[in-house]
Amino acid sequence: MASASALSAHAPARSFRLARPALVVGIGILIFWVVVALTVEFWAPYEPLKIVSRKLQPPSFSHWLGTDALGRDVLIRTFYGAQYSLTIAVIVVAASVTIGSVVGALSGFFGGWPDSILMRLVDITLSFPPVLLAMSIAASLGPGVQNTAIAIVVVWWPVYARLMRGQVLDVLSRDHIEAAVAGGASRTRLLLKHILPLSWTPTIISATMDFGQVVLLAASLSFIGLGAKPPTPEWGSMISEGAAHFYSWWIAFGPGLAILSIGLGCNFIGDTLRDMLDPKDE
Amino acid sequence: MTSDKPLLEVVDLRVSLNRGVDVVRGVSFNVHAKKVVSIVGESGSGKSMTVRAVMGLPPPLASLSGSIKLNGEELVGASERRLRRLRGSKIGMIFQDPMTALNPVIRVGDLIAEAVRLHNPRMSAKQAMQRAIELLETVAVPQPDVRVRQYSHEFSGGMRQRVMIAMAIANNPDVLIADEPTTALDVTVQAQIIEVLSNLRQMFPVGLVLITHDLGIVAGVADTVVVMYAGKVVETGPVRAIFRGSRHPYTRGLLSCLPSIEQKAGKLVPIPGNPPSLSARPSGCPFRPRCPMARDICSTEEPELRTVDDIETACHFAEELRTFDTSAFQTTAGSA
Repeated sequence: MASASALSAHAPARSFRLARPALVVGIGILIFWVVVALTVEFWAPYEPLKIVSRKLQPPSFSHWLGTDALGRDVLIRTFYGAQYSLTIAVIVVAASVTIGSVVGALSGFFGGWPDSILMRLVDITLSFPPVLLAMSIAASLGPGVQNTAIAIVVVWWPVYARLMRGQVLDVLSRDHIEAAVAGGASRTRLLLKHILPLSWTPTIISATMDFGQVVLLAASLSFIGLGAKPPTPEWGSMISEGAAHFYSWWIAFGPGLAILSIGLGCNFIGDTLRDMLDPKDE
Repeated sequence: MTSDKPLLEVVDLRVSLNRGVDVVRGVSFNVHAKKVVSIVGESGSGKSMTVRAVMGLPPPLASLSGSIKLNGEELVGASERRLRRLRGSKIGMIFQDPMTALNPVIRVGDLIAEAVRLHNPRMSAKQAMQRAIELLETVAVPQPDVRVRQYSHEFSGGMRQRVMIAMAIANNPDVLIADEPTTALDVTVQAQIIEVLSNLRQMFPVGLVLITHDLGIVAGVADTVVVMYAGKVVETGPVRAIFRGSRHPYTRGLLSCLPSIEQKAGKLVPIPGNPPSLSARPSGCPFRPRCPMARDICSTEEPELRTVDDIETACHFAEELRTFDTSAFQTTAGSA
């Protein structure tokens, strides 16, 4: 155990060379969507809001995923939706990780009554079903991209706070931390140089996996009308429109497949990272 | 610095945990420059707690009393800020398990250079790294200029312990505390580490506090022995006097646990029973329940340290012990 944890910092370098099909597929999917989101404006034949054909046309060679209730191209709208979904996911995950890690690390490191208060706050937040809590926050803030992001961050940061706190407490109890104290290291130095560099792994894995979850949650909020406003090509609201025209299956198919692929890709990456970074599995 | 003035003076040190459990009950000892003081005793006797108090690192909520003087400066009640200055510069500490006591994600050279720069903030990174290489050379790590760029997992156990020593002596401390520095190592490596520690005294006037279970090491390098039992010093004196003529049945018992070349066929004699628990200490002498020569007075009066010949001992019957036979333990063990 002891020697295994000492090796953990170097395990990835060795394991990256091994072929890991799930990782390759996962990264491939994410790269595809990132490239689409960044470049779609330059090569897409239509604007996402442009009515290009008659309404509710099934898939054909000119419109691969058919057209929606207003006659807009579903595939093009799905591609444009990536901009919206990826941006919100990146912002939400980054903000949650930052807030959660800072709170969790300070809470675990300093302990005492601030730790108790912060962790009870985390407990309270986590005791609500996440979708329900995000829904009520989004509803009270009103629809819009920014409000969706805020709602999801409020629901999500406690996960990282708890994760980081546990990890900091674990590292804090290791011998080399005591050795650093015996060498005269100050508390700030201890936290920044000796504890945090060893505490990131679970957060990185969790953030990767959560990326897909956030895409899904953002789409869910839009689906029930709490996210993006209707003309915006957002996956959740597109599926919502598709649900209204249930027998035109293609309307929901494009954005549904997009969400599925991103969720799957993130899980592939997260699982592989966990196997690679966790010394206990070796 | 005159050698008769101790570098470290511990007087009547007491450590109580927050639940009112006394783990160290009035321990006194002195450490002189270039001398080795060895603290021996079973697990739970308070040795580690004693040195932790000296380092200013007692467990949370523990209360200290008594006096710890480093170069005449009182450490009990000193500010955390002051203690932090002293740790790593005036007092160094070496830990038991070099496998876990080195940070796995920092290069060994950076670890040592950090130890140097923490107390010499104006030194450049380059100078500190140069000093790290010198220090590794001091503790006999081959190819120090290559080794500083490696991580601790690239080192063997003995080499890691040398790195620990290099970190601890980075600022030429007055007192170096080694908490069972060889327990986790192979026997052949143990001897090398003890030699490295012992040689440090020729380089600068450091006083060593060596905590160990290994009486062979004590006999080899210690100048003074402090035997602890149940949070108290039960016997202390020059190493020769203790090994030749201990006046305490506990020390005698420890010594008879050692194999010896002279008595090849002789059986090793264990001390029966276990050390008393901290919360339920027996009345009178804490060693009484395990002592083969315990009498009535032992259960009512706790013996204090007193001088008998050239050692200090805490036994009511120290005078009788001149003729004490350790095989007495065997009969007790048999009847128990």
